Amino acid sequence: MPDDRELQDTGASSQLLGDRFPGMAATDEAVMAISTEHLEGDDILAKRPLGFLFWFAVTWVAIVFLAAIFANLLPLQDQNFQNYSALNQGPSTAHWLGTDDLGRDLLSRLVFGARVSLVVGFFGVAIGLIVGGTAGLISGYKGGRLDVSLNAISFIILAFPAIVAVIAIVTFWGSSLLHITIILGVGTIPLMFRVIRASSLSFAQRDFVIAAKTMGATDTRIVFREILPNVVPVMVTFSLITVAGIIVIEGTLAFLGLSVHLPTPTWGNIINEGTSNNALATNPYILMWPAGSMFLLLWSINLIGDRLRQRFDIREGLL
Amino acid sequence: MGRRRGHRPLEFKDVGSNDGPLLVVEDLHTSFRTGRGTVRAVDGVSFSVDEGKTLGIVGESGSGKTVLSRSIMGLLPPRDVIRSGTVHFGGHELSSMGEAELRAVWGAELSMIFQDPMTALNPVKRIGVQIAESLVLHLDMDKKEAQNTAVELLRSVGIPSPEERVRWYPFQLSGGMRQRVMIAIALACAPRLVMADEPTTGLDVTVQAQILDLLADLQRERHMAVILVTHDLGVVATRADDIIVMYAGRIVERAPTRTLFADTKMPYTRALMDSIPRLADPSGARLDAISGRPPDLIHPPAGCRFAPRCQYAQDKCRESEPPLRTVGSPDHLFACWFPLVDGVSTAPAVPVTLGRTPDATVTTTSDTPEAETTP
Repeated sequence: MPDDRELQDTGASSQLLGDRFPGMAATDEAVMAISTEHLEGDDILAKRPLGFLFWFAVTWVAIVFLAAIFANLLPLQDQNFQNYSALNQGPSTAHWLGTDDLGRDLLSRLVFGARVSLVVGFFGVAIGLIVGGTAGLISGYKGGRLDVSLNAISFIILAFPAIVAVIAIVTFWGSSLLHITIILGVGTIPLMFRVIRASSLSFAQRDFVIAAKTMGATDTRIVFREILPNVVPVMVTFSLITVAGIIVIEGTLAFLGLSVHLPTPTWGNIINEGTSNNALATNPYILMWPAGSMFLLLWSINLIGDRLRQRFDIREGLL
Repeated sequence: MGRRRGHRPLEFKDVGSNDGPLLVVEDLHTSFRTGRGTVRAVDGVSFSVDEGKTLGIVGESGSGKTVLSRSIMGLLPPRDVIRSGTVHFGGHELSSMGEAELRAVWGAELSMIFQDPMTALNPVKRIGVQIAESLVLHLDMDKKEAQNTAVELLRSVGIPSPEERVRWYPFQLSGGMRQRVMIAIALACAPRLVMADEPTTGLDVTVQAQILDLLADLQRERHMAVILVTHDLGVVATRADDIIVMYAGRIVERAPTRTLFADTKMPYTRALMDSIPRLADPSGARLDAISGRPPDLIHPPAGCRFAPRCQYAQDKCRESEPPLRTVGSPDHLFACWFPLVDGVSTAPAVPVTLGRTPDATVTTTSDTPEAETTP
């Protein structure tokens, strides 16, 4: 009963697929041999040099961090000692960065002030990242009611005027370093949540996530082993921007007199002092040092983050 | 390297009670609720697959073949999906299992090869790690053992110098190589059934053949069953034991491969075959494409769903739906009132006249097919 034409069909389709093409295997080997030659081992990951600017930035960040950590051990003058015989001086050998309107040494105030700024900046972001980041990862992956409610909560928090909230909380709770860090850290949670949720969401339905699922991976495993590595570049970049943001906000609070109490120096309250009582006209150095340091620090952190991402983001690496 | 992959299927043989087929799908329905109405993507599909066999599922875009494979796997989105019917797989009833239970089956006994090797590998993880993960998970290997096994798996899927390549990232590999890695991942724990959803669609034709041959070799070696889902009849023609042709969410023909090609019953299957370009054709020959497009699955046409595009359609085809039935061989099922015999339709040659009463239609056409039907 089978007619000839249809049996031919079967033959034709197998021919179509090149089933019996003897040359094919050889070609395949050749192609693979070529690719082996050019892509040997990890050479492919060898990169262009990071450049002078990168190392300059690394040096600056290192100096700031080391100075902040070892401030007590450095041969600095007392950051709160008021030397009335040396008010509003410019840089000199006695006071490398000059003195402020109360005769305090600006270098030691700058170094001790870095402690507060860095602690608030990095620990604040750490709080935001741990809470908001984790919630964002899970929310973006799981979706559903959990996502809807977390989303709503984040919007409610974001809708609250931040400065008013901070003023209210600081008034009742007091403005120690710990409190300021926690308040600002909690403030970044909804931001972190939103950014990381969006990124997580964009990976949640990718084939490789479903593939991991069909290989029996649990949700926890998928979130932390499949999605997280893909979200890390976004996370790092955004965290560094947020560190910068928090340091500036701490400065703003200090400016309003709501941060760590004087005379403890922070970069923010030194800037505050540098702009009050006409200091800007009489002694611009007070403002210049902390503002310049902060600018350089944030620029350095961002540059380092960017270069590292370029280097280690394998998706951009060679394509 | 304690364990050789090749031996593992023998260990799995005892799992579950299976004198019968490995996979039995019964009356599977999957619908999606949408703003426009309910889309019946899979509408009453039943079939079975025996251990070590290959089943080809063929249909054009939108015929429900991908939804069918995802329904069997249990990979449908949780919301706005209506699902009924049962899926038995080697002693498990997949259709009633929760995700936690499915996880024990997924990967270990039932795994899937995805269509697009470009997106189905995690871009930021070394391929060795991606292969090793399920080995650690399902086979309790330690990291080192899993890594060694990953090397062996890469070797078995024909990737040269696998010792170095386990440390590579997906972007360092070509599409064909990535699909080989995908196969290595899917086969890592020696599953009994592999679902391959258009495994070669994203690859160029020469690589397609290599990948399919590789899959066939590994299948023989490991005695796995494979469900090969594709839109290309040519892909399954030489590789499947049985073929299911799907149209608009239903099976329209099912037969052993040789029978299907030799004795096509359903005009749709015939049309699919005619739409494959043939090397024997003179150059410049026109391809017989199927005119029209698949029906709207929210409001499928009454009667046979292929009727609007079928050149042999009669009034009866438009009014009542043909059941899946057999003529002669019990293996060969088809859903057509006027099946082809030796490539010629059994539909009456009378041109369809408008304005006939339904009664008249039934009396004029009902005697032809029923004479051959075996219940």
